[in-house]
Parts: sequence; C-alpha cells; structure tokens
Amino acid sequence: MTHSWIVMPLVIPAMTAAVLVLALRHTLQGQRIISVVSAAIQFAVAIGLYASAADGSISAYLLGDWPAPFGIILVLDRLAATMLVLSGLLGLTVVTAAIGEWDQRGRHFHALFQFQLLGINGAFLTGDLFNLFVFFEVLLIASYGLMLHGGGTARMKAGFHYVAINLIGSTVFLFAVGIIYAVVGTLNMADLAAKVPQVSESNVGLLATGALLLLTVFAIKSAMVPLHWWLPPTYGSTSPPAAALFAIMTKVGAYSIIRVYTLIFGAEAGPLADIAAPWLVPAGLLTLVLGTIAALAARSVLNLVCYALVASMGTLLIAIGLSSEAGLAAALYYAVQSTVVFSGLFLLAGLLSRDANATAPAQRLRLNGNVLAACYLLLAMAMIGLPPLAGFLGKLLILDAARADSQVVIIWTAILVTSLILLVSFARTGIRMFWTGPEGKTPEIRSVPKRAFQMMMVLIAVVAALSLMAGPVMTNMAATAEQLMAPKTYIGSVLKSPAPPQGGG
Amino acid sequence: MSMEFLMATGIGALTSVGLYLILQWRTFPVVVGLSFLSYAVNVFLFTMGRLTINQPPIVNTEASGYTDPLPQALVLTAIVITFGMTALIVVLSLRAYLETGDDGVAVEPPRPDASGTDRTPIGPGGEATR
Repeated sequence: MTHSWIVMPLVIPAMTAAVLVLALRHTLQGQRIISVVSAAIQFAVAIGLYASAADGSISAYLLGDWPAPFGIILVLDRLAATMLVLSGLLGLTVVTAAIGEWDQRGRHFHALFQFQLLGINGAFLTGDLFNLFVFFEVLLIASYGLMLHGGGTARMKAGFHYVAINLIGSTVFLFAVGIIYAVVGTLNMADLAAKVPQVSESNVGLLATGALLLLTVFAIKSAMVPLHWWLPPTYGSTSPPAAALFAIMTKVGAYSIIRVYTLIFGAEAGPLADIAAPWLVPAGLLTLVLGTIAALAARSVLNLVCYALVASMGTLLIAIGLSSEAGLAAALYYAVQSTVVFSGLFLLAGLLSRDANATAPAQRLRLNGNVLAACYLLLAMAMIGLPPLAGFLGKLLILDAARADSQVVIIWTAILVTSLILLVSFARTGIRMFWTGPEGKTPEIRSVPKRAFQMMMVLIAVVAALSLMAGPVMTNMAATAEQLMAPKTYIGSVLKSPAPPQGGG
Repeated sequence: MSMEFLMATGIGALTSVGLYLILQWRTFPVVVGLSFLSYAVNVFLFTMGRLTINQPPIVNTEASGYTDPLPQALVLTAIVITFGMTALIVVLSLRAYLETGDDGVAVEPPRPDASGTDRTPIGPGGEATR
C-alpha cells in the first residue's frame, strides 16, 4: 500500500490549494485552519514515507499504471524521503509563522503556499526529467506570487529580475532536455541512467552539452556564482515567511544536482562519468568566497542572511563536488541543517524588522530584547559552524570527507577562513543590532508577532535535535549516500514494471 | 538537408534576437526577448524527435516508418507554461512601471538623503515599502 501513498505529497497540497481558492476565498480564518491542517498532514505523510523508505527499498508510483519508461512516474528513495520530511517541516512551521501577520497583507497567501509545496514535493519525487521541469515551473510560479505578496515597489523591481532569470533558466532547461532526448531517446531518469553509458561515440559531445546545460539551470536554482546575483535582492525584499520557505528552494537545485549527477551522469555513466564534478568544486569555492565577502559588506541583518545563504550553498556544492560517498553524506547532513537554520534566520530577520507591526496586539508577545539576541546568537553559531551545533558537525564532516580529495588544501583553507570571516560579519551585525542600535542599549522590551517567534523557537529546537541526534541522523545520511552511489538498485526497482505491457507492436 | 538547414538557422536567429533583446535596459525589450527565446526553444523541441515527413506517429500496419509523437506533447506543455509565465512578467513589468514611473530593469540603489533611511543603516533592510 506504500505505493499509493507516494502520490499523497502531491495530491494533498493540490487539493488544499484548490479548496482554498475556490471555496474559502472570503474567509481568512477558514483558510488558515485548512492550510495548517493540510501542512500538518503533509508532514505526517512525509514521516510515514520516510519510515517506509528507511529499509533501503526504492518504490515507484506509476501514474495511470503505464509501464515504467513510458508513463510518468514518482520514485521514493531515501533521498526523496529525507527531502520530503524537510519540506514538510518547513511547510508546517512557516505557514504557522505567517498566520496573523503576513497572510493578511495580500490575497491568496495560503493557496500560493500550498502550490509552492506541491512544486517542491513534486521536484523531490519525480523520476522523469521533463516532469522535473514541470514541477520546477509549478514551484516557481507559486514562488513569484509569494515573492510579490504584500506588494511594494522594491518587491516589484526585484521580482522582475527573479522572474526574468528563472524564465531564462526554464528556456535553458528545455534546451538541455531537448538535447538529451534527441541523443538518448528517453527522459525517464532510470532509463536514461541505463542508456547513457551506451551512447555512441559520435553523440557523446552532444550529450555532454546537454548535461552541462542542465547543470547551468541547477546552478541558477542553487545560487551558484556567477548565477547567484538574483538571490539577495529577491529574498531580501520578499516577506520573511516567504523567504523562510524559499530557504528550501536553493536546496531543490542542490537536490537536482545530486540526483542527476549521481544517477544519470554518475560514476557509471561511461564516457560521461562524473561530468559535473570538475565544475562543482571550483564553482562551490568561488560561491563560498564571494558570498562570504558580500556578507562582510552587508548593511542589514536580512542582507547578511541572504549572502550567508549564498556562502552556505558554496559549502554544500563543494561537498557534492567531492563525488564520494562520505562527501555526499556530509553534504546531505549539511543541507538539512542549513535549510532549518536559514529558515529560522529569515524568521528572525522578520521579527527584528520595524515593519512587523501589523498584527493585532492579542497575537503579539512582549519580549526582552536579550531573548531575540540569544536566538540570533544560536542561529548565527549554527550557520557559521561553531561547536556544539549542527553547523559545526556538518562542516567537520565535509572537511573530513575532503581529506581524500586532491584539492584538500584549497578546500580546507577556503572553508576555515570563510568561517572566520562569517563569524566576524555575524558578530559585527549582532553588535550593531543589539548593543549599539539607534535606539540605545538593548534590554528594551520588544513586541513581536507571537506565532512567528514560536515557530522560530521550533526551528531552533530542530537544529538542537539535529546536533544531539547527529549520530543516528548521520547513519541515515550515510545509508542514503550509499544508495545514491549504487544507481543500479534505483534503475532496477524503477524499470521492473509491475504491469507488463500487453501485446506491443 | 535543406529542411534541417532552415530549422537550424531559424532557431539560431530566434535565439540570437532573444539574447540581444534580453540584454536591453528597458523591461519591454526584455519581455519580448524572453518570448523570442521561448519560440526558439519550442521549435527546437520539435526537431529533437528528428525531422520526418508524412509518417504516422502511432502504430500502423502499412507504415514504412514512424515520427516521434512525444516532442509534440512536450512542446504543448512548454508552450502553455511559457505563455503563463510571459503573461505574468508582462503584468509584473506593467505594475512596476505604473508604481515607479520608470521601466528600467536596474534596481536603484537607495538614496542616502531620502526620508531618513540612512538613519538606521543596520535595520533589517528591504521592508521599507508596503
């Protein structure tokens, strides 16, 4: 029965969004209840799917029961399940944080939010390159709406850049898909993985072009330098809950890189084996260094968090680029914890904003300024990678995995030095924010939206849990990496079609 | 050969026009450029199943060969999606033009003298507008 549950992370948000738009258009309170309940169910389903994938089995859902290489399929493996749990967690916390504050500043916040979850979950589950494109578009078009939610000229201007770069990205994605289809004749990922090693000599160059064009698209999504410039203005000018959810969108790019370049163009891809690896480590290093320098120059908390996000994507890309099992396991652990940390940081930046004054007094919480400062300290420590939090463990694992790599000296230097610079940036901004702010010394009483604060505390608790439970979590990540490095199992489980084609011509 | 040549030059021309227009200052040429790029990719997707004439797409006992029906499905999806996206970006650039009175693509740096924004340089940025 697990098989039919695989489609639920898509069906639930799609149905919820439709109900929200059609039936509950006029009652914000009803929208809130349905949206939160739906997000909670999605989280629960994601945990259930994670449990069913935890034994290492790979199960596929055939839409319309078309046999595997011909129909549309959804595939659940350890990696997809992990990412689903992450998006379920963020969906639940962020939608709750938005209630009473940001969801009333424009219409259809909850419907857009559910469509965004549909796109994210779909991108994680799909087993087909063209459907990856479709789900990218679903999550993008919802993110355009969420990004512009609340209006304002700054958002309009940044939004135009965001939409334009992503439209160009979609076009490049289609070119890449076209080239790959023209050469291999299939777009099913498992089928591609089986056929890419057998591509004839004369077509290898064309296929490599397609593979690298695809990498460009994922580089845009994951904010890889030099395609990162759209991220800080976009995330910096959107509403904090939207930015908190967008923290996972860069990871959708990273997920796609992991999926495509371990499964299709991985170690067993014949002449195209590990085609992305020579690009990922240098690009990751560049992203890390430039993101860190920009973070040092940041003039506001939000700006600092945006560039720190670019820097953390650099670290993640380096770990992926090691293309070893240990590197991949470290990358997954780092990706999960940094998504949670950045979601918390974006919520915190929203709490610190002078603009967060629209809530009714009943939904506000009066806080000592030191509480927010302590939250900032914890999240900053996790982001920079100071012990004892998960960020430290993530970076340590990446450094450890890099020991086997030929570029170990550069990678170690870059990660350690940028961590120090990030420490300086976060400390400087923290000092100016909390100690020498324009309103004098800190222990001022601040009034903040209650739910956003509570959800930020939940995210901090998750970071703490990820640090405490690092052993078991890492065991799971290592098993995930092992599964990814053995694409034969994936190909075998997907292509063995439960309903054999009848007749045939 | 001639049809391949025609398709290739057509796609090349559409792409280069699109690229040129995307690099312009104003939003209108950028939007038109994006449309040109999406036309280019639509035609490109058509050719990815190889150019064949007068062949059936589905199984037929009298057929001497087949044309690939899948690119048509993909092109249709791509057309619908890019059409929706283009509509969105048109509305977005119109809104941005009407609200700011300026259809430039560049984001203006904040002016230090405007309405005291310089007073709190370390406030969380980007939230000044409603």
